[in-house]
Amino acid sequence: MAFLTGFYALLFYFAAVVLVTGLVFKIQQYARTPAPLKIPTTPAPTTRGGVIFRMMREVVLFESLFRGNKWTWIFGWMFHFGLFLVTLRHLRYFIEPVWFPIQLVQPFGIYGGMAMVVGLAGLWVRRFFVDRVRYISAPSDHLILALLILIGCSGLMMKFVFHTDVVAIKTFFLGLYAFDVKPLPSDPLLLLHLLLVAVLMIVFPYSKLLHAPGLFFSPSRNQADNPRERRHIAPWARQLEQE
Amino acid sequence: MAKATFEVPALTQYTEIPAVTPDAMAHSAPFVAKADFQKPLGFPGGLVDDWQTTAIAKMRELLGRYRSLQVYLDSCVKCGACTDKCHYYLGTKDPKNMPVGRQDLMRKVYRRYFTLAGRFFPKLVGAEDFTKEVLDDWYSYYHQCSQCRRCSVFCPYGIDTAEISMAAREIMDSIGVGQKYCNEIIGKVYKIGNNLGLPGPALEDTLEGLEEDVYDETGVKVRYPIDEEGAEILLVTPSADFFAEPHVDGLIGYGKVFHEAGVTWTLSSHASEAANFGMFIGSYANMRRVAQRIREAAIQLKVKRIVFGECGHAWRVAYSFLNTLAGPWDFLDPRYPVPQHICEFTFDLIQQGRLTFDKSENDDKVLTYHDSCNVARASRMGDTPGGQFEIPRAIIRATCNHFYDMDEDTIRDRTFCCGGGGGLLTDDLMELRVKGAKPRLDALNNVMQEKGVTHMAAICAICKSQFTKVLPYYGMEMDQIVSLHQLVSNAIVLTGQGDGDLEDEDETDEAA
Repeated sequence: MAFLTGFYALLFYFAAVVLVTGLVFKIQQYARTPAPLKIPTTPAPTTRGGVIFRMMREVVLFESLFRGNKWTWIFGWMFHFGLFLVTLRHLRYFIEPVWFPIQLVQPFGIYGGMAMVVGLAGLWVRRFFVDRVRYISAPSDHLILALLILIGCSGLMMKFVFHTDVVAIKTFFLGLYAFDVKPLPSDPLLLLHLLLVAVLMIVFPYSKLLHAPGLFFSPSRNQADNPRERRHIAPWARQLEQE
Repeated sequence: MAKATFEVPALTQYTEIPAVTPDAMAHSAPFVAKADFQKPLGFPGGLVDDWQTTAIAKMRELLGRYRSLQVYLDSCVKCGACTDKCHYYLGTKDPKNMPVGRQDLMRKVYRRYFTLAGRFFPKLVGAEDFTKEVLDDWYSYYHQCSQCRRCSVFCPYGIDTAEISMAAREIMDSIGVGQKYCNEIIGKVYKIGNNLGLPGPALEDTLEGLEEDVYDETGVKVRYPIDEEGAEILLVTPSADFFAEPHVDGLIGYGKVFHEAGVTWTLSSHASEAANFGMFIGSYANMRRVAQRIREAAIQLKVKRIVFGECGHAWRVAYSFLNTLAGPWDFLDPRYPVPQHICEFTFDLIQQGRLTFDKSENDDKVLTYHDSCNVARASRMGDTPGGQFEIPRAIIRATCNHFYDMDEDTIRDRTFCCGGGGGLLTDDLMELRVKGAKPRLDALNNVMQEKGVTHMAAICAICKSQFTKVLPYYGMEMDQIVSLHQLVSNAIVLTGQGDGDLEDEDETDEAA
């Protein structure tokens, strides 16, 4: 199985490089592109602290979505919060020693995995049954849901049905840090799970998953409402003044 | 009821979400600007030969200039939260009037030319070449967006379709496909000073007439000055306020408030327009040029403060952008915000107890209040967030005995656009305007039935003109829309008013 191990090692190096460089590029692009006008959706906080609080509510609670559509909010929040717990649970494969909070979160990670799959299923059902959402769905919108559901289901299957050698998996990933490729168990479910995760990492910076960094740069959410108090001007707009 | 060549929707108790009906409004498009209207704004006169390349280059430039555009085109996950929020979708059933549907007209082009996925797998991610058909769709549907920002309230990432339709119009202008209504008007502002093309002498006549009317009515000499150097306050107001109903009743009200405040004020014939249609067409350069007139007028007239009259998008440009476009305002009195809204000015006086009202003057009306979209979601009044909702309502309560709000889902930051904002207030878009007004009028009709509301107050020239025109299509009366400062004007008791026989005369007038 040396070939498989080598393939997956390369795959994960590649995926990690794509994910990191892609995201760094996009975040730099967002950060460097000026926002020439004050456009917070009002009522908006007037201070920086207020903006941070608003952003936290958006990131943690999906406040705007809650006001917009309760069903999408329930499923969307279940999925994201579930994924968050799952990610925390999975950290144990990537750090040694495992931090105490990560040990505590282990059982919740399993519930998170279930919530994630249920949430995704709910979101997918909407794409078929709500005519407006069906109209705006491209093939990629379905595929990304399929990808995430498959990742979730293959993970849960490994937990409950076909166990795999998690110690070996951890050894494999810790080995990658030191460019020391250790054998990866060859259970088909595990290979599928890992393949899909790598695909997700590669797709991330080139797809709508950019909503994750995007939210933080959204001028309608991250600007303080203080245009009369402080003059806001972009560099290219300042140039107009010197002409 | 006004005659319509299209089917006017029936009002419903609550606005229902219609089933998707593709291309229901594909036939709607405003008149295209001729070369005469394009050139003064610095745009090509007609569709340029290499329009596709030029448009993509322009899009690249805008992506580099506007973080909003870049982030919004990338971030949409097609969750659908916005799909039932646009009044034009609710009124027309056309899925390209769903905010995401409208954004996708640009997003598919963006993906095709600017993203890896769209370049290699266009079908998979819904990317498309920028063809003439797509351009036609742009022209049609980016002129079915009133840039009211209602979608941005509910989007989990705050994606604001207004930003995208502004960019689309800027791109179309850059290849010579402009909209006649907006571009002709901006030209008039450059040439004459206001949207309506009213020259200085006509304004002077009108204002003199107002002074006489107010004197006849109240016996008090209230002044309506223009171009008076050294006045304390420069009033910048939409030009509709000079003659259109019910706008002019608002202007009369501003004058009475200034009179009671004991401040000197003036209008300017150079900046005789608060509106700034440069925003509607997404042109920073034109928006800035229009805004600079206000700075020039303030300097020329040596004023200390700037106050804006009732106008929605004008207040957005004034409150949110004026400091950016025409500031800094360090030569004005630092004790006051620049600019101030007339409602802030009136409200301050009310709080100080400096205005006397006879509320019974408005007893012939039961009021509701329409939050204008740009005031509600793109600006503020007063010191605290949400002041833009509370201050106008406080003024109505101070001047009227009977006031009821419309359904909570349709007011404050969830308010529905009147259907005529964003450069769509033109007769060649009448069908769109009538259908787009439905959600607002559903809610109005509801309070008319349940609370006996007779009139709706607004603080936006576009809202007032739009409702005046559209209400009759739904079997309502055009004068059911009133200016907020018209209510102030009715109720205000001027110092020295009613000391003579005048009040008696008034009463005989009314009896007759």
